Amino acid sequence: MHEMSLIESVVALVEDERRKQEFSRVRVIRLAVGVLGHAEPAALRFCFDVVTRGTIAGGARLEIEQVLGEGWCPSCRQTVSLHERFAACPVCGAAQVTMTAGGELRLSELEVE
Amino acid sequence: MCTVCGCGADLPTRDPGPERTVAAHAHEHDHGKDHAHPHSHERHHGRIDETIDFGKGIAGVTLAGASQRRTIRIERDLLSKNDAFADANRIRLRRARTFALNFVSSPGSGKTSLLVRAVNDLKDRWPIAVIEGDQQTSRDAERIRATGAPAVQINTGKGCHLDAHMIGHALDRLSLAPGGMLFIENVGNLVCPAAFDLGEAHKVVVLSVTEGEDKPLKYPDMFAASALMLLNKVDLLPHLEFDVSACLAAALRVNPSIQVLTISSRTGEGLAAFYAWIEARAAAMMEPAGLTA
Repeated sequence: MHEMSLIESVVALVEDERRKQEFSRVRVIRLAVGVLGHAEPAALRFCFDVVTRGTIAGGARLEIEQVLGEGWCPSCRQTVSLHERFAACPVCGAAQVTMTAGGELRLSELEVE
Repeated sequence: MCTVCGCGADLPTRDPGPERTVAAHAHEHDHGKDHAHPHSHERHHGRIDETIDFGKGIAGVTLAGASQRRTIRIERDLLSKNDAFADANRIRLRRARTFALNFVSSPGSGKTSLLVRAVNDLKDRWPIAVIEGDQQTSRDAERIRATGAPAVQINTGKGCHLDAHMIGHALDRLSLAPGGMLFIENVGNLVCPAAFDLGEAHKVVVLSVTEGEDKPLKYPDMFAASALMLLNKVDLLPHLEFDVSACLAAALRVNPSIQVLTISSRTGEGLAAFYAWIEARAAAMMEPAGLTA
């Protein structure tokens, strides 16, 4: 379950930020997770408390913003919604849709004090 | 606002969380002789170093009545740390003029047998070193060392993949001969290793014909991340109902630029083409333009 190491990465990024500016506690950690990416929100939540305990992120609330899948279809010349990675264009059926959103795995913001 | 000293840290009355008393300025407690609170009054006002500095609040000031709670935009990819280690490994490998391949697959696809065979076949042409990743045991590294090639075993414990930081430590233990090869055998797992760049030139995904031909569709990330797919154990095809062309179509659907070779590490079928692929890709990387890129 690579979600464990992803949460470890979150802690490392929070520690990076802590070196840049003063805060004593993290209240909320907000992640942007694409629905077509390789991380499962339920698995991220499952290991969050265990991994963050005893770290600067301990006690923080995890909020996950899910990012819907989108792709650019060169035939339609427009952005189309994508429900499955590498799926054909839902409008014209062309197969070469390039995913433009939905693969995110990003620490977007922190609420600290 | 704090009614005792007039400072703005009034969070506890708004949000009396249990940890709040340490982080913020609580004056509910008695300031008598039996003051058992872990913080002193001076600490709140920044007269003592390494404590909460109210000058580091929003806009660098403390406003009476305003809390120190704030939102920080980060917008960093969770894999950015790993990617930084991977970039460092890549630079190190280029300096050592070493061509690195990261072999990924599900367990049992025949990666180790393939590598043992490839090292035996290629060791007179190039110096080859191997990094073996497994949850536990050093059995695979021992199999490689039996060929005479140096091998480092990484045990990931609970981990389901190798990451770039682990590879950096493994590189510390290998002396890479210039113009040589580094083969990294990842943990047998068709999901997680796809996300972790190790600093390799290419990922090579090994799929055996004893698995389903629709694996590329079911685990698209791995096939999308790989430059080459080796369809292994093709000597078993007469005994199986495995549709090779359906498998190739599935791989090309998730990665139109993937190259595919059918091989058998047992009979040696197709291995010459695989070695030619390695030679061509290594030569492309070793070109002066590739080295400075």
